[in-house]
Amino acid sequence: MNPQTVEPRMKARIALSVNDQPHELLVPVHKTLLEVLREDLGLTGTKHGCELGECGTCTVLVDGEPVLSCLALPVELEGRRITTVEGLAEGGRLHPLQQAFAELGAAQCGYCTPGVLLTAQALLAAEALPPRDRIREALAGNLCRCTGYTKILDAVELAALRLSRGARAGAGR
Amino acid sequence: MTGETRYADDLVLPRMAHAKLLRSSHAHARIRGIDTTRARALPGVLAVITGADLPRVRFGILPVSQDEEALCTEKVRMVGDAVAAVAAVDEETAEQACRLIDVAWEPLPALMSIEESLAHPEVRIHEYGDGPNVHKSVALQFGDVEAAFARADLVREDTFYYEGSTHLPLEQHAAVAHWGPDGKLTLWSSTQTPHYVHRLLAKILDVPAAHVRVVAAPVGGGFGGKLDPFAHEIAACHLSRLTGRPVKIALTREEVFYVHRGRHPVLMWLKTGFTRQGDITGCHIKTWLDGGAYGSYGVASTFYTGVINPVSYKMPVYKFEGARIFTNKPPCGPKRGHGTPQPRFALEVQLDRAAEQLGLDPAAMRRRIVTEPFTKTANHLTVTTTGLAECIDRVVEASGWRTKWRGWRAGEAPSEKKRGVGLACSAYMTGAGTAIYWNAMPHSGVVLRADRSGAVALLCGATDIGQGSDSILASFAAEVLGIALKDVHVHPADTTLTPVDLGSYSSRVTLMCGMATIQAAERLRGAIFEAVAKKLEVAPGALVARGGRVGVPEDWDTAVPFAQAVELGEAMHGVLAFPGSYAPPRRAGKYKGGGVGPSPCYSYTASVVDLSVDEETGEIELHDVWIAHDVGRALNPLLVEGQVEGSVYMGIGEALMEEQVFRKGLHKTPSMLDYKSPTTLETPDIHTILVETDDPEGPFGAKEAGQGPLLPIMPAIANAVYHAVGVRIDEVPITPDKILRALEARRRGKPARVGPEKLPLFAFKEPVVVESAFGQPADAVVVRPFQAERLA
Repeated sequence: MNPQTVEPRMKARIALSVNDQPHELLVPVHKTLLEVLREDLGLTGTKHGCELGECGTCTVLVDGEPVLSCLALPVELEGRRITTVEGLAEGGRLHPLQQAFAELGAAQCGYCTPGVLLTAQALLAAEALPPRDRIREALAGNLCRCTGYTKILDAVELAALRLSRGARAGAGR
Repeated sequence: MTGETRYADDLVLPRMAHAKLLRSSHAHARIRGIDTTRARALPGVLAVITGADLPRVRFGILPVSQDEEALCTEKVRMVGDAVAAVAAVDEETAEQACRLIDVAWEPLPALMSIEESLAHPEVRIHEYGDGPNVHKSVALQFGDVEAAFARADLVREDTFYYEGSTHLPLEQHAAVAHWGPDGKLTLWSSTQTPHYVHRLLAKILDVPAAHVRVVAAPVGGGFGGKLDPFAHEIAACHLSRLTGRPVKIALTREEVFYVHRGRHPVLMWLKTGFTRQGDITGCHIKTWLDGGAYGSYGVASTFYTGVINPVSYKMPVYKFEGARIFTNKPPCGPKRGHGTPQPRFALEVQLDRAAEQLGLDPAAMRRRIVTEPFTKTANHLTVTTTGLAECIDRVVEASGWRTKWRGWRAGEAPSEKKRGVGLACSAYMTGAGTAIYWNAMPHSGVVLRADRSGAVALLCGATDIGQGSDSILASFAAEVLGIALKDVHVHPADTTLTPVDLGSYSSRVTLMCGMATIQAAERLRGAIFEAVAKKLEVAPGALVARGGRVGVPEDWDTAVPFAQAVELGEAMHGVLAFPGSYAPPRRAGKYKGGGVGPSPCYSYTASVVDLSVDEETGEIELHDVWIAHDVGRALNPLLVEGQVEGSVYMGIGEALMEEQVFRKGLHKTPSMLDYKSPTTLETPDIHTILVETDDPEGPFGAKEAGQGPLLPIMPAIANAVYHAVGVRIDEVPITPDKILRALEARRRGKPARVGPEKLPLFAFKEPVVVESAFGQPADAVVVRPFQAERLA
């Protein structure tokens, strides 16, 4: 192979909405969402674990649905609403999931945590009080090598409880 | 949690270049030449290096195994050995350039198993060791085992095989090196041992150690996989020196499988004598470790396959022979439990068999033979406190063992999915008693500096790998000084700033850094008390520090806020910065090899597993795991539970599915798609029970929690499988195909077992013969370096 024949990398101009912020970017078309988030937008909270969509570590939300950012291409996500872990806390206050994870020790090394939080967030948005087995099922695509999952399941249950109580209290007002 | 933790790969520096390694695609080959011309010509490439560009130094984590090169110069010994490195403007260019490097290979025969390596002495993977392809051979004997077998009512000989597995941390190793214009090198790396990396970088790169700084970034999962100095770290440093830019290198998942240093595959033979009542008369174990291509921690691993078992049960005489064999595979090393899960699996399964033959309840039998507190083992290890009996009682109680076990009725249940319970125990070290390089210095050091704001800075070389060491150490300082946890700022693992801590391995940090932190905090408190006492006109001994104030309990209104107490202290003494130091008690057995195994204290664990086996498919479904762990004292129960649960999880992976295996020289599963590990669906409910024994050696009585609880899981599962369907799977992982094979064997009237059928022909060296120290009382006087004032 002659190095001179290496193809110039095709770039595309795209508009991305991440954590409710619009971004105008010029990125190589083959660059994954994971790479663009980490390298172009400085959102290093999204982690990479396996590069082929197996470990769930790079999970982000696209229009509220969990998506593996290592397999997603930004060029296909224009106009969609992307949420990363940096967008979970609101106004400097931890999201109830984050709060529960901290209280119950559901994060150890913390590397899988952003992906787990976002998957759990999508679950709780769809189902207010999911039973434990439903949480297990929803998180089956997020590997964690530290915790043994027990405290993660506990924390999601706790957050669900608090969120639904909060929602009920809100509805009652 | 919020995405703010900066792991090594999250660091970005101005002008940073990106590096990649070219790795061997041959399992064993001579390097005839490397041509980097085409790679250098690629636009965007900043530097290309081979081993010829680095100082000709071989290195290794252990002084006795200096057998690695960052970039191999003469030959490669495994698929994944690095031979060249490229720095470029971006990662993609670096990767492209690697593909443009031409290596002339001369393939050599690849030795892919213990048997192959021993059968082909004419092919030499290394030129050193205890024989052709034998890295290390050890033999220790404590008392007359043959006589012990002669007086036994039952003697069992069993063989076992424990497959290798890898750590699989979710964070792939990454490093950023910056060789500044001042000639000083800084390396940020996902490492569990910044101190050892610091020492070795100086040697490998031929630079003064005084000009090297290693900062351990928060580690996204270690489990022992980030304990060695690695090619990528060294290459990044040298490339930074050449390019004058910071250089980042981040491994791909596939590369992490090659870096490995994981669980050794171990073939084992275990012979134990029992009395009718279930007492052990003596025990003899032989282990053959498949070490892979390099030494790494292998000498220690070899010893660990033999030395820890006697800590849990009374074994009056004991013999251990072990050998580590080189193969052309990624090097094995210290995965969680380091060398001890394998012999533990063998022992606990054999105990189960003996209990059945003797007609004993396996829980009661183990309960009977636990070691006595404050005694020595046959191999001269000192047991301090042991909560093993209580651990057994507690899991037996919690699991409903008596109703679930119901005697030796293996395989008799009528249903298709058969249910069974199994029990196993273990013991593990709380920190290695000796450093990797012998020295008389502290194993852990801490500096505490009080600030006029009332904050306290805690400088310590310890690395938080997710086990929560930063918060535990902060809590020790806060406890002694009576201040809020939030007011203690931990500055970890920076070799220019922090006193040495040897690293996050062997479950040593809470105990060793903890003891150093307590000492430093007591010294700081002493200085503050002296100043406050003068102001309040009371004796320093009358003061207490609590709730952020220092004062006399009976006259608390006059107590001064901590910040003011610091000011008084600083006015009296000058800067308030105090060191704390810790080294383990000197208790190594006085024989060659006695340095591996001693620990300030040991943790103990008992576990019961409840599972079902489907006789049609061979599939195992775990229902519940009960685990009781003697942690000495649970200083932060949440963190301890987390360590226990994580250990159980990792044990389940090793028991049921994880295996690092090879075909024709190639890794069969170098991706997370192919390498199976447990998800939420395979991980059952884990019921953790913490047992407290308040060990005098531990900080506030604490012992380890991060490794020991992994050990009983594999044998408990194997024993439960036997209880369920009556087949013995004497090797892990226990996969459905093995269960089906064993069931099929039983149908054909053959032994209902899957496990190793033969052992290698191998002559161990003559054993070092030492008198058994079994049952002797622990030494009354123990030398605890640097801690004299605490004893006074």
